[in-house]
Amino acid sequence: MGSPNLGLPIVFVSVLLAGFVPNEFRPTAFGYALAVTPLCPMLRIQSLTKRYPTGDIALQSVNLDVPDGQVMALIGPSGAGKSTLIRCINRLVEPTSGQIYLNELELTRLGSAQLRRARRRMAMIFQEYALVERLTVMENVLSGQLGYVNFWQSWFRKFPQGTVDEAFRLLERVGLGQFPDKRADALSGGQRQRVGIARALLQNPNILLVDEPTASLDPKTARQIMRLICELAQERGLSVIVNIHDVPLAQQFSQRIVGLQAGEIVYDGPPSGLTERALTQIYGEEDWNPERESEADESPALAGTAGERQS
Amino acid sequence: MTQTTLPGRQWSPPNLIENPWIRWGLLIGGIIYLVLALLSVDVNPGRIARGMERGGQILVGFVQPDFFSRRDNIISGLIESLVMTVVATAIGVVISVPIGIGGARNLVPLPVYLVCRLVIALSRTFQEVIIAILFVVMLGFGPLAGVMTLVFGSVGFVSKLLAENIEEIDAAQVEAIRATGASWMQMLTYGVLPQVLPRLVGLSLYRFDINLRESAVIGIVGAGGIGATLNTSIQRYEYNTASAILLLIIALVMATELVSSAVRQRLQ
Repeated sequence: MGSPNLGLPIVFVSVLLAGFVPNEFRPTAFGYALAVTPLCPMLRIQSLTKRYPTGDIALQSVNLDVPDGQVMALIGPSGAGKSTLIRCINRLVEPTSGQIYLNELELTRLGSAQLRRARRRMAMIFQEYALVERLTVMENVLSGQLGYVNFWQSWFRKFPQGTVDEAFRLLERVGLGQFPDKRADALSGGQRQRVGIARALLQNPNILLVDEPTASLDPKTARQIMRLICELAQERGLSVIVNIHDVPLAQQFSQRIVGLQAGEIVYDGPPSGLTERALTQIYGEEDWNPERESEADESPALAGTAGERQS
Repeated sequence: MTQTTLPGRQWSPPNLIENPWIRWGLLIGGIIYLVLALLSVDVNPGRIARGMERGGQILVGFVQPDFFSRRDNIISGLIESLVMTVVATAIGVVISVPIGIGGARNLVPLPVYLVCRLVIALSRTFQEVIIAILFVVMLGFGPLAGVMTLVFGSVGFVSKLLAENIEEIDAAQVEAIRATGASWMQMLTYGVLPQVLPRLVGLSLYRFDINLRESAVIGIVGAGGIGATLNTSIQRYEYNTASAILLLIIALVMATELVSSAVRQRLQ
């Protein structure tokens, strides 16, 4: 043990220093073509394909434009690729091929640092809320700003005062102003989803990616949550893509419905155009839980299957 | 599916080994081996009688623990053991955290994972006493060798269990943090750390208990601490002192166990 080994301390110090550089000042070759003309859609998806390593094709050449401020519901049976589509947009799932543009910025081409910057503009709301359960309500909301602060600011929870003010405003707005310091796992389902909404909005996003926000909520809370999301999106002029199983809920709250079936878009139109035929096209004849309108269509097939099973 | 149900149909649970020849052959072979092995043990009644006599002496010594004649040695040994334990646990945990993170397949790329798992496997391959002997040879007698041994053992233990805990965390919470545009380190501190922190503290305290016990054992091979004092007293046939030392070790281990389990319970 003659000369002291300097390797480890140097690595440690450089990690410390790197933590101080705010994300904004990190070197990024960012061709941020922010030519936001009214004509260009907020989000453009071109021939998006996703094939999982297992060989399952989740999405097949999907083309989709979402204009500024539109609330779009994505419906379809389980395994149709709804979650995959949403996760390809912020690249929590890497697309196999195709392009996705957010405000003319090609998301599918970004390196990891640029992608993190771009993710700040796409906030996500999750099915089981996906709150960090052992953190407080306030910490969960503030985590929406992680992309904007450096590591040590987030480690010591020293967020800029403006951010903290905005977080309190949002908590008030979603109706949780009274318990910022409650632990997230002490809240009810509806309250947790409100925290999830506040976290997403604190990102100051252009688009909300909402993955089954109401799947684990009772019908009344589900409606309240959907109404809250839509109101807030309208107040802030956000585009919304919402995956949803509940067709009447989708019809009630969205301006446009896109039906996905086996990785392909089979319906794209207004909620009122969702006829029996359209639903059959989306969910298929052998669906075990057909919509009430299409029951007449389905019943002979269902009766047949049931009969076979019994014999 | 047409299945006719016959009355009185026999049923017995399926055998672990289907082939009856192999099944019975293994059983009979096992019994024969056991009998032969027992016969090969050379039991010497005279030796046992002498051993019983010495055992009796030790027992007599042990019911009269002598805390005082070697008081200074005992106290300095205990303090040395405690210091070794604290230092080794602290260093061990600090080293274990990055290795544990690197050993979690859901956080790091495959090469990092393999390297970290290799370190863990190496550290877990050898029993502490063997490591202690190696370190005593390398670093000489005394507590430094002991501390190194305990650090080595702690790293394997804490980082393996931490890695396994990280692999079991709720991926949705991590995904939500990633979706905000957080960096990798922020993902770690916001998405992963809150989920594993209680477990990490629990593991560290548990390892503290183990290190305290181990520090008594490795002292016997010359790695310092109360074990060295214990070894000396036994070699000098001072069973009363040895008894006192053992009682103190028991009390110390029980005390730390009580404290650590109380702390762990409060963390949940």
